[in-house]
Amino acid sequence: MLTIADVVARCPLFDGLPTRHRELIAGCARFARFDAGTAIFLEGQPADRFHVIREGRVTLEVFSPERGRIVVQTLGPGDPLGWSWLFPPYRWHLDAFAREPVAAISFDGACLRGTCHEDHELGHLLMERFGGLMLQRLQATRLQLLDVYAHGSR
Amino acid sequence: MAAADPGFLAPRPARVLGWRRETAESVTIALEPAGEPWLPGQFNMLYAFGAGEVPISISGDPGRPDRLVHTVRSVGMVSAALCRLRRGQWVGVRGPFGSAWPLPAARGRDVLVIAGGVGLAPLRPVVYELCCHRGDYGRVTLLYGARTPGDLLFRPELERWRRRIEVLVTVDRAAPGWTGDVGVVGSLLPRAGLDPAGAVAMVCGPEVMMRFALADLRRLGLPESATWISMERNMHCAVGLCGHCQLGPAFVCRDGPVFGAGAIGWALGVREV
Repeated sequence: MLTIADVVARCPLFDGLPTRHRELIAGCARFARFDAGTAIFLEGQPADRFHVIREGRVTLEVFSPERGRIVVQTLGPGDPLGWSWLFPPYRWHLDAFAREPVAAISFDGACLRGTCHEDHELGHLLMERFGGLMLQRLQATRLQLLDVYAHGSR
Repeated sequence: MAAADPGFLAPRPARVLGWRRETAESVTIALEPAGEPWLPGQFNMLYAFGAGEVPISISGDPGRPDRLVHTVRSVGMVSAALCRLRRGQWVGVRGPFGSAWPLPAARGRDVLVIAGGVGLAPLRPVVYELCCHRGDYGRVTLLYGARTPGDLLFRPELERWRRRIEVLVTVDRAAPGWTGDVGVVGSLLPRAGLDPAGAVAMVCGPEVMMRFALADLRRLGLPESATWISMERNMHCAVGLCGHCQLGPAFVCRDGPVFGAGAIGWALGVREV
């Protein structure tokens, strides 16, 4: 049976990190499961953790009184879920729902922030990883905004 | 059809055998007679009488050589006329022209098919072939992105293909009731479980989408020598004589539309040729 340290070691987000840093990260992690339809977090609630999805899909949504729930992105296995735990005021900006049964690793935000304050190298590495993730998602959002399929014969 | 063939400029008549509306803007039409044998990736010049002629990729099943199938998106006068065709009406056909997807080279290897929007049409013959001869290939994955759920082509086929290959579909904008993925097609790549060693990718869609997809594939370690894309330009003669579709040293109609990414990938980032 896989331990939390084994699973953290296999997360693409932590790929290439030194073992001691992965162990520190694993110290703030636990396994989590969400039934289909469960709200993993809701906009405005305290962002006290983040997750890495192991199985299942998660929708990131915005609720609009006029249009109801609007899905802006889906995430799947290997994808990190949530970065609001890293930045004040530590509140979620979106809703996240389990579209199907989800297995994840859940990381305690306060624990990781505390560990990063004590170990700045880990803090730097984590910020680098989350910065890369944000860049990737920003680029994907820009591509969505370009509406590339709207015109032309293809 | 070779340029030396004096008949290459003369359309042959073909009758509409059937049609199917795919989306609000796209229609699939089946023509007979099927004419010359064709390969997945090739295109025909379709002549809508009284309107003009446009290049349209063949989107049919290579296993059904009795009918010639194209999927057309209504974006201009000629394509709109083609989309209005109904059973029994006639069109002019020249072709088939151009290069084909590298299916022989893909045998025994993992195959990743990445399509965006109407770009699935030139790849549909590839998917038919992969599904029909499933045992000849390794892991086969189709990643398909569209603007909205209503813009997805070939929805019945997508469901059928899921029984033979892995099919991942995403849309840029969800609609109520959509339970599939939301996001750009490249966001599906991590889930494709691509092993870059020995895999082959075939990509077709808007050029911006292909540019991003190629960058994603490079990041995952797939060499350009294992990636093919289908280009689209203003093709007129279809045999490399008129120069309308010239792209640097290549004529898209004659040397393409399917190119190795190493040969033509540069063109996706060029502002002016």
